[in-house]
Amino acid sequence: MTQAAMQKDRLLFEGADWDFSTLQRIHDACEEIAIGELGLDVYPNQIEVITAEQMLDAYSSTGMPLFYRHWSFGKHFAHHEAFYRRGMRDLAYEIVINSSPCISYLMEENTATMQTLVIAHAAFGHNHFFKNNYLFKLWTDAEGILDYLDFAKGYIARCEERYGETAVERTLDAAHALMSHGVHRYAGKTRLDLRQEEKRLQERRAHEEQMFNDLWRTVPAGRKRDAADVDLERRRAALGLPQDNLLYFLEKSSPRLQPWQREILRIVRHVAQYFHPQRQTKVMNEGTATYVHYQIMERLHDRGQISDGNYFEFLKSHTNVVFQPTFDDRRFSGFNPYALGFAMMQDIERIVTEPTDEDREWFPDIAGRGDPMQVLRGIWADYRDESFISQFLSPHLIRKWRLFQLYDDPQVSEGILVSAIHDERGYKRVRRQLAREYDIGWTDPRIDIVDVDLAGDRRLLLQHRAPNDWVLEDSETRQVLQHLADLWGYDVMLQEIDGAEKVVKEHAAHPREILQKGDLFS
Amino acid sequence: MHIIDRRLNPRGKSLENRQRFLRRAKDAVQQAVRRSLQSRSIRDVLDGGEVSLPIGGMGEPSFRRAEGGITDHVLPGNRAFVEGDIIPRPPGQGAGRPKEAGQGDGEDGFRFVLTREEFLSVFLDDLELPELAKRRLSETEEMSPVRAGYSISGSPSNLSIDRTTRLAMMRRIALKRPKPEDIEALQRQIDESENEETRLLLQAELKSLTDRIRRIPYVDPLDVRYRRFDNEPKPVAKAVMFCLMDVSGSMSEHMKDLAKRFYLLLYLFLSQRYEKVELVFIRHTEKAEEVDEETFFYGQATGGTLVSSALAAMRAIIAARFDPTEWNIYAAQASDGDNSYRDEGPAGHLLKHEILPLCQYFAYIEVDEEGGDSSISNSPLWRLYEGIRSGSATLAMRKVCRKNEIFPVFHDLFQKRSTQTKAVP
Repeated sequence: MTQAAMQKDRLLFEGADWDFSTLQRIHDACEEIAIGELGLDVYPNQIEVITAEQMLDAYSSTGMPLFYRHWSFGKHFAHHEAFYRRGMRDLAYEIVINSSPCISYLMEENTATMQTLVIAHAAFGHNHFFKNNYLFKLWTDAEGILDYLDFAKGYIARCEERYGETAVERTLDAAHALMSHGVHRYAGKTRLDLRQEEKRLQERRAHEEQMFNDLWRTVPAGRKRDAADVDLERRRAALGLPQDNLLYFLEKSSPRLQPWQREILRIVRHVAQYFHPQRQTKVMNEGTATYVHYQIMERLHDRGQISDGNYFEFLKSHTNVVFQPTFDDRRFSGFNPYALGFAMMQDIERIVTEPTDEDREWFPDIAGRGDPMQVLRGIWADYRDESFISQFLSPHLIRKWRLFQLYDDPQVSEGILVSAIHDERGYKRVRRQLAREYDIGWTDPRIDIVDVDLAGDRRLLLQHRAPNDWVLEDSETRQVLQHLADLWGYDVMLQEIDGAEKVVKEHAAHPREILQKGDLFS
Repeated sequence: MHIIDRRLNPRGKSLENRQRFLRRAKDAVQQAVRRSLQSRSIRDVLDGGEVSLPIGGMGEPSFRRAEGGITDHVLPGNRAFVEGDIIPRPPGQGAGRPKEAGQGDGEDGFRFVLTREEFLSVFLDDLELPELAKRRLSETEEMSPVRAGYSISGSPSNLSIDRTTRLAMMRRIALKRPKPEDIEALQRQIDESENEETRLLLQAELKSLTDRIRRIPYVDPLDVRYRRFDNEPKPVAKAVMFCLMDVSGSMSEHMKDLAKRFYLLLYLFLSQRYEKVELVFIRHTEKAEEVDEETFFYGQATGGTLVSSALAAMRAIIAARFDPTEWNIYAAQASDGDNSYRDEGPAGHLLKHEILPLCQYFAYIEVDEEGGDSSISNSPLWRLYEGIRSGSATLAMRKVCRKNEIFPVFHDLFQKRSTQTKAVP
């Protein structure tokens, strides 16, 4: 056999065409590298070939293959479709679902090179991230999600049959409005059980007896708390207040909801919780997938399994994906998570393999460790965007991207202050600020239910922490609050509190009694 | 690894969500559709198309921060700034807040594409053909079979298998017909049994069981049921629509355009609403001719005006093809109101005594120049028809001068009426 023929034999595909056996070959070749060389750990893969319309379908139902029915998804579909038809927007090459088996959608229009890229990106990059990142492990159940959505879809359809589409739609509208505040941000504390509590009490008493010192008796006691304070505290404790998961609170404590309405709130809450990790790991998730596809494609090319021409095609779309325009560019619209993630992953690879003195000083733990994949796998498992950036954004990358920080106070009429740039003094500040922008606990408005008097007028009191004059958008807040009042069944009141604990704004809403009546005939 | 080809899955997975969305946005869609009609050529209406909706009422609110407040940003691509620089704000802008990713979609001008069917159904919603089927209902009726339970006799093709087997099963259970597996089990027991005495006993039992099976059939003629059908009278609404248009020289391009628009609307309305409506297009100058749709809307012709020629043509066509005892007859006429003086008598006579008695509804649209006044008219034809109208209730008249009056007039003529009142201008 001539050398040329041998080389041809090794190629996974030629040209742009592909069929199902090509996909299988591509997948197997990628798997060999991903598992064998990169040491990834993935869910079993399921690859589905879909059309553009099906891709739009998937877009409008948040990417999930099945979802309950609601008008808002129809709206999103119409919206995406209009953009797509006018050629203003391309569709994504793929969508991948955090489930086991891990489902990746491939568009039928993609060329063979693109399918390879997509399989490497989604079926191995994202897949590994979903399976190993601590947030996904903590908050999502990859095995159960499709079954749960199936249940949700069926349950809501049955509710529509029984209680009427209008009633269900109203409940869902209200629940969707609160969806962003329907997640547990922290792993819940486990309920204390009586026996353990008793044991702890005994231990404490024994400890006190051992450590008895009469001197403590002489220490003056603090001001006695008055009864009202104690009462308030007890009331809050009984309802688990303050509570930032509004949907959870309503589901558990709303006095006037029907059981089926509680179940619907629960469904919406579960869906929100399922997507919660994805919101916190955009940069890492895309960075991981992009780094993985780049590694796989490069190695496939090195082995001669992808021709030079196809490799160039890959490089073109890869560079498009990781393109980051600068702030004064017309195309600039914030940081591109693919670009930032990929640049940071590559930077870490550089630090691990060829560290400079600066890197050794900034990253003593990983600098010069020699095996980038091992370090990266560890990082992919244990960080989210905010912690990842605040620990691994290196001075080298800050200089390379020429990052700088602006401080914008509308009260200062002269203009916007450049508060830090990519220099010795600014690295840490820039890094801290960028990390903060990826902390959804900081960027999302923080709203807590702080008090409700179930024995009195049952008015629900919420507080929004609004440091830096970050008040809520007025008309939208009124609408959301209206939904909240409808679900609660009594008055609600939202206070906005600035950094100095002063109430700067108040919103109130009365329930409309439209959820309770369940008007079947409207 | 599995590869699944989803491309062949049924399309329109999101169809139901879309319908829900349209239902929710009904008012806004309706307004948008009407608005879009005024701005585009009526031919485009046939294709459905893009409408723009205000987002109000369909927004999905969430707790969001308002613009403003003290903000910090990190941006890439610093060229010239050093720490401590002050960048002046762009004029006319409060806080220089950079646009965040993903906000460039401009949802406030929410635009989307309606399919032709959706567009037309919204567009022509709450319209109906007046008094369709009045005449036909009372006279002839077509029978159609309707399911009416089950019967014990019937033709084999109507045999209801599941009802029959269900009854047979009920009977078998009630009469305790032994099951084949019981007999099999008994047989096996006999084969395995060592003891002669028990075997004899078992054999006797087996015999009684097999006898019983023979006595109680699996399916008895008693069980058999047939699907029963009753004949119900079904109203037939056979309708024919006559479209009459003056294409004479006195009709300016603007007037013809108005008339054509009206007919296109009518045509859309009819073809959308009724599956079986015959359409007859008659255009006339001093003589009338029946033409096809294409010629009617887009053909050119000039000449004098004799309205009676069109009415006579209509009468002839009715006599030849549409027996008034079998068809509901509608007519719509568009003209600039000119008519030859000598034609007044014949036209009035034809209309009053020959056409109107045959018609369910006769709509007359008078078109005028752009600057005209659509509330009054003094044309010969208008005066003639007004005289006739006082004696007949099936005649409706409107005058139109501007393009944007077409739809309201059309809507007015064909809107749903709760009571059987006649269309009075």
